[in-house]
Amino acid sequence: MNVLKIKELSVRYGSVEALSKVDLEVQPAMVYGIIGPDGAGKTTLMRSICTLLPYQEGSIEVLGYNAASRAKEIRARIGYMPQRFSLYQDLSVQQNLRFFARLFKVKPAEMLKRREQLYKFSRLEPFAKRLAGNLSGGMKQKLALSCALIHTPELIILDEPTFGVDPVSRVEFWQILHQLKADGISIVVSTPYMDEASQCDKIVLLHKGRVIGQGSPAEIISGWKGKLYSLTSRDLQKLYVYLQTKATKEDLQLFGSEIHLFSEQELSSDKIADWQSEFPELESCVEIKPGMEDVFLRMMQ
Amino acid sequence: MIHTSHLVKQFGSFKAVDEINLDIGRGEIFGFLGANGAGKTTTIRMLCGLLKPSSGEIRIDKLDIIKHSEQIKHKLGYMSQKFSLYPDLKAIENLQFYAGIYRVSFEPALKRLEPILEQFGLSSILKTLTQDLPMGYKQRLSLVAALMHDPPLVFLDEPTSGVDPQARREFWQVINDLAQSGKTIIVSTHFMDEAEYCHRVIIMQDGREVALGNPAELKQENGSANMQELFLKVLGVSDAKL
Repeated sequence: MNVLKIKELSVRYGSVEALSKVDLEVQPAMVYGIIGPDGAGKTTLMRSICTLLPYQEGSIEVLGYNAASRAKEIRARIGYMPQRFSLYQDLSVQQNLRFFARLFKVKPAEMLKRREQLYKFSRLEPFAKRLAGNLSGGMKQKLALSCALIHTPELIILDEPTFGVDPVSRVEFWQILHQLKADGISIVVSTPYMDEASQCDKIVLLHKGRVIGQGSPAEIISGWKGKLYSLTSRDLQKLYVYLQTKATKEDLQLFGSEIHLFSEQELSSDKIADWQSEFPELESCVEIKPGMEDVFLRMMQ
Repeated sequence: MIHTSHLVKQFGSFKAVDEINLDIGRGEIFGFLGANGAGKTTTIRMLCGLLKPSSGEIRIDKLDIIKHSEQIKHKLGYMSQKFSLYPDLKAIENLQFYAGIYRVSFEPALKRLEPILEQFGLSSILKTLTQDLPMGYKQRLSLVAALMHDPPLVFLDEPTSGVDPQARREFWQVINDLAQSGKTIIVSTHFMDEAEYCHRVIIMQDGREVALGNPAELKQENGSANMQELFLKVLGVSDAKL
């Protein structure tokens, strides 16, 4: 059975179509990523899955229940972590957990057991009495995740959970997600980080409310057509300006300390040599395999 | 442009910033990296004059930040990680408001910033209510607001949090142009590929400097392939999967 099954989903806000004919399926114990630029419809999709938003067309089935008619059953079985920090800042870690447990009618004895487990993976126990408002960014996100897990949901929906979280805490957060997956929990997660997208079992790429790509990260990358080159120079800005005389802006992307150049055909060594004589600061130009971010940027165009 | 020596900030018994020494030049893009709670924001707030150091010295353009705070205020622009424009004003009204705060006349300032407005695609949305703008546009508008008084020094505190990869690249193009025109840019970020765009970076941990230098040189010294790897390495994080 699929954990989540969406068919031809369309959501409109007045005359604006936020989602248009979206299809997707999530299997049990899978990390499913929702990827897309700002305004692509990621949050709208997640809120629809959580039965928080009415939709005009199509169907959503969550854990076998129809989202349009069985909101109560669905809400009891899923956990949702919205994009904005939604915990009570003036309650402690412990109090927030208890609040969410009572909200979801978790029995006290069960709550204590569950809290033990959640403390173990989140390592928040030493901070049990600290006010949520005084936690660091990474700890707040771990607490929010713990609150979404307090009623032992089968599926959790996480909307950009690592927003504004530092690289160290991001690594830790994703280790937790992999652990949850190993315990059999299904995860739907949106992220602006392409390295995180690569860690999902399957992803969907959304753009302007439409699905423009779907599959495992490896499948999506293998759909790349054309060649990709990495170019380096001591003065990257100058190289960027130079390359604009050779390629269109859409085919050039800054990638940290290199520039990625897309080309439909293979660049001949003669051509590269020509560039090198015209622009001696060009240090290297080698063909590389595209990564998730290359594919994403290409598909957005 | 910025000089600090033995900069310390203490909150009670907690040392948030511990002996930071910096010399940042004109036209430099300088990045602050570190985990949450490493002391980046506290340092940046002291450099902006928003927070008084417990000890040590800060000079901005050779002026002592405590003695000449009024003068220094006009030399710096600050874009906060939290969105700081009025949602119920039109985009252009927010810019007018910032021009007013910095006591510069609005029309010439707007004219000066025209190329950036154009590059950011903001020219056509100036009459839109700020709350109706997508996140990426709000962020760009914040940057323009921080530039109304043409400051030689610009602080950007996590300017690209929550911005998609394409919009982040456009943002950095403008940052580069600003630096080329001679402005000093101080930026904090959690995106390690963005750290590569900085001329120099400082990596902080527990209020202290654990690495300082040019990204390419730092990577070479530590045998790291990219900034993410370097970052996790100098902070002593192993078995990192990302």
